[in-house]
Amino acid sequence: MSAPKDKDFGTPARDGDSVTLVIDGQELRVARGTSVMAAAMRAGFQIPKLCATDSLEAFGSCRLCLVEIEGRRGAPASCTTLVEEGMVVRTQTPRLAQLRRGVMELYISDHPLDCLTCSANGDCELQDMAGAVGLREVRYGQEGARHRTVAPDESNPYFTFDSSKCIVCSRCVRACEDVQGTFALTIDGRGLASMVATGGADFLQSECVSCGACVQACPTATLNEKSVIDMGAPTRAIETTCAYCGVGCGFRAELQGDKVVRMVPSREGKANEGHSCVKGRFAWGYATHKDRITRPMIREAITDPWREVAWEEAFAFAAQRFRDIQARHGREAIGGITSSRCTNEETFLVQKLIRAGFGNNNVDTCARVCHSPTGYGLKTAFGTSAGTQDFRSVAQADVIMVIGANPTDAHPVFAARMKKRLRQGAKLIVVDPRRIDLVRAPHIEAAHHLALRPGSNVALINALAHVIVTEGLVNEAFVRERCDLQDFEIWARFVALEQNAPEAVEAICGAPAGEIRAAARLYAAGGNAAIYYGLGVTEHSQGSTMVMGMANLAMATGNLGRPGVGVNPLRGQNNVQGACDMGSFPHEFSGYRHVSDEATRDMFEAMWGVPLSREPGLRIPNMLDEAVEGRFKGLYVQGEDIAQSDPDTQHVTQALRNMDCVIVQDLFLNETAKYAHVFFPGSSFLEKDGTFTNAERRISRVRKAMAPLAGLADWEATLGFARALGCDFDYAHPAQIMDEIAALTPTFAGVSYARLDELGSVQWPCNAQAPQGTPIMHVDRFVRGKGKFMVTEYVASDERTSARFPLILTTGRILSQYNVGVQTQRTANNIWHPEDVLEIHPFDAEQRGLREGDLVALQSRAGEVSLRAHLSERMQPGVVYTTFHHARTGANVVTTDHSDWATNCPEYKVTAVQAQRTNRWSDWQEEERRGADLMRIIAGRADAAE
Amino acid sequence: MKIDKLVRMANQIAAFFASQPEREREAGVAEHVRNFWTPAMRRDIYAHLDAGAPGLDPLAARALAALRDTDSAREAG
Repeated sequence: MSAPKDKDFGTPARDGDSVTLVIDGQELRVARGTSVMAAAMRAGFQIPKLCATDSLEAFGSCRLCLVEIEGRRGAPASCTTLVEEGMVVRTQTPRLAQLRRGVMELYISDHPLDCLTCSANGDCELQDMAGAVGLREVRYGQEGARHRTVAPDESNPYFTFDSSKCIVCSRCVRACEDVQGTFALTIDGRGLASMVATGGADFLQSECVSCGACVQACPTATLNEKSVIDMGAPTRAIETTCAYCGVGCGFRAELQGDKVVRMVPSREGKANEGHSCVKGRFAWGYATHKDRITRPMIREAITDPWREVAWEEAFAFAAQRFRDIQARHGREAIGGITSSRCTNEETFLVQKLIRAGFGNNNVDTCARVCHSPTGYGLKTAFGTSAGTQDFRSVAQADVIMVIGANPTDAHPVFAARMKKRLRQGAKLIVVDPRRIDLVRAPHIEAAHHLALRPGSNVALINALAHVIVTEGLVNEAFVRERCDLQDFEIWARFVALEQNAPEAVEAICGAPAGEIRAAARLYAAGGNAAIYYGLGVTEHSQGSTMVMGMANLAMATGNLGRPGVGVNPLRGQNNVQGACDMGSFPHEFSGYRHVSDEATRDMFEAMWGVPLSREPGLRIPNMLDEAVEGRFKGLYVQGEDIAQSDPDTQHVTQALRNMDCVIVQDLFLNETAKYAHVFFPGSSFLEKDGTFTNAERRISRVRKAMAPLAGLADWEATLGFARALGCDFDYAHPAQIMDEIAALTPTFAGVSYARLDELGSVQWPCNAQAPQGTPIMHVDRFVRGKGKFMVTEYVASDERTSARFPLILTTGRILSQYNVGVQTQRTANNIWHPEDVLEIHPFDAEQRGLREGDLVALQSRAGEVSLRAHLSERMQPGVVYTTFHHARTGANVVTTDHSDWATNCPEYKVTAVQAQRTNRWSDWQEEERRGADLMRIIAGRADAAE
Repeated sequence: MKIDKLVRMANQIAAFFASQPEREREAGVAEHVRNFWTPAMRRDIYAHLDAGAPGLDPLAARALAALRDTDSAREAG
């Protein structure tokens, strides 16, 4: 018995006016453009099919779905025949049955008959169709074993390709092209010699990005998950939400009992509509990895071994330490960090604990170091701290401007949508120092790549605005109706200054003036224009200014308030948006309301029954600074690894060492846990109920598929800690926490688990005014009323190159790894990215005598690490790049404490460095390797210090 | 926090608001600090003002002086 599967209607659904037809005697009304197959399937009739699946356009190759249509000769394929008014269709006749059996005979004659031992037994469409057409004999024998001499391709760590079982339906090839847009597969050969082939020697060496679309599309065991081959078919399924990036894909966790067999992207998932990437689809093994810590632990000092204890003892120990700190150092001497990897409910609970239990507002979240400028900038311009569109909106964009984002690596499922639109003809502008993959991909080429120098974003956005204002490209009607006119006029006068002309800015940003002018004209006059941006915008000393600059551009051109346009942050972690929504910032409650707002505070005080502080609390970097100074002594960190992810590692670890009590709640003993006194074992997304909110403000359910390995879900551990501190928090289920969020947060007022079960997911605001949620924001008016233009003068970063540090380092992510790597590095994803490397332009490499693979000492004013060189013309001369995924590299040893003026978001994207050949690891790396593992020893266990 | 860090933060804020319309500059800096800095951070920078405000941008210094008056009035009242 296999897990129940989604119904497959054979071809994609269509919108539009309806036509009436008759199928097997039943009158139906369906949308024009629907295939006969889909019309029949939706009405409950079954038509055999092999090459059709409703995630792909019809192909018409298998000839199994033949039907009879009155007035037409022959038996057309129902997948490629569209419904027409008055059409009369028969799907089941003796002639059709004979034709279908004949087709199946041919397929089966070239297919191994090892069904009983096949990994797809019970989950094979070929097997199902043989049964459906009543195949009883194969007159041609089973000698057509043309592919059986080819050994299965086992190169991909997650799936096999066994061509002997391939029926050459091309579903995998079409999925790779149409859904993922990678074009890694093709059909090689002719006739019976036809075979699916990759461009490389095998899957691993090909262009394949392991998104799983081909595996999903395969109707046989040809492309099959290794976990299914090992374990057998799953027997039950639970709908949940991916815990990796901010796309927030819907998934079906398919299980045997409480063991996950595979994660299958949900076709009902509105963020992904059945697509996935290598992380969500395959890299879930970390959830049960042997490194998981499943018992609470405590220790007196960070130099002591950990001692495993019962939950209650850990709660009591932690609570006593925190109470002692406050008694000695004051109420403000402790704080906490909520997790963008945990659920909304867990995040809300942690900030409640800090505000109501600790009695201060020293709560922050990892958005501090990624998208806090988004919150500041968009709230200033539009009135709310979130992106304007749903993901589906990109399908109506005519011009797509990608700024400081690399969606094919960091948001791959959304990138697949974007690439599809680009293949349909939308124009692309890429603003990025690096030549990211989108600049030139199969059937995609950016109209303009503005390869600016890191740190010059604001100069560039002002130059784009200059062209729009001085060349008469402003959408005056939109500005007059929707925006504050006085602010607009001030802004327009500013950007029109000669200092902002492309010809003046060219010297600052390095992008040619002509390209800037052409890009501005395209953005302003090319139809629906949408901005998508990432951390290349926010992680700068002018991150917030740049967000406002982009908002200015969208308002000036009227590109807001309808599908196909907008200003859209691509959020990094799965619940960054949610963590921000839930009141994780030290200055605001849930729903982005400042703590000094009396009415809001009154409401929270009434609900929570305690007085709350009206003063903003410490941000993460401020907490660390205060710890170094000895004024901040205790930190509760849920699901965050600041010792690896935050800038200037040595400053972070000095701060952590200075604290009297650090509590880490995580799945694994991460880098921060080296400096912790209490460890609360965390629970993965498979072990709890809750919700995540993705980058399009979509709130989706996370559903428990297995019991928490440590006995408690994260929300339950926070609850236990809170009670040990004397808080009377009382929740039996996360649904009750969501009810409290809804009662306290106007934009969530209509959200409940019942509503989410009913709708599948919903985009906030969801309340009485918008009970079905809000896919597009600011449709008739901005949340703040009139849109606010802000003057965005370019201010150069204080981080400057010099003779000693002549290069600019910028950091980022890669497809196969996720953030600090604690999850993905406990999966087979390491095969694609086993270490962080330094990408350097061949010109810079040659000047330094560097060759591919050389060990390089990367030095900045903050520190030094060594890593291998990778020569790449994706870089511009003078700029180098690395990722921060591997703790042993320690990329953030090099980054500095420069930060955004408004939010203190670190300036990860601009660090002045030198790179030179070396034959040794850096002192920091050697020290880490020698001593740090000692801080992770667990008494009585020999294997803990990895 | 180290005073030079607070000074750097205040100067960055002033650098942004320096390009805003004249009437919004001081108020903008003051409101930003009021909204996002803890009372301890504000006290530390006020003490720096009293010490002659070395290194502090003039716009930041004026805005912080005004904010100190507001804070004092609030505490008194």
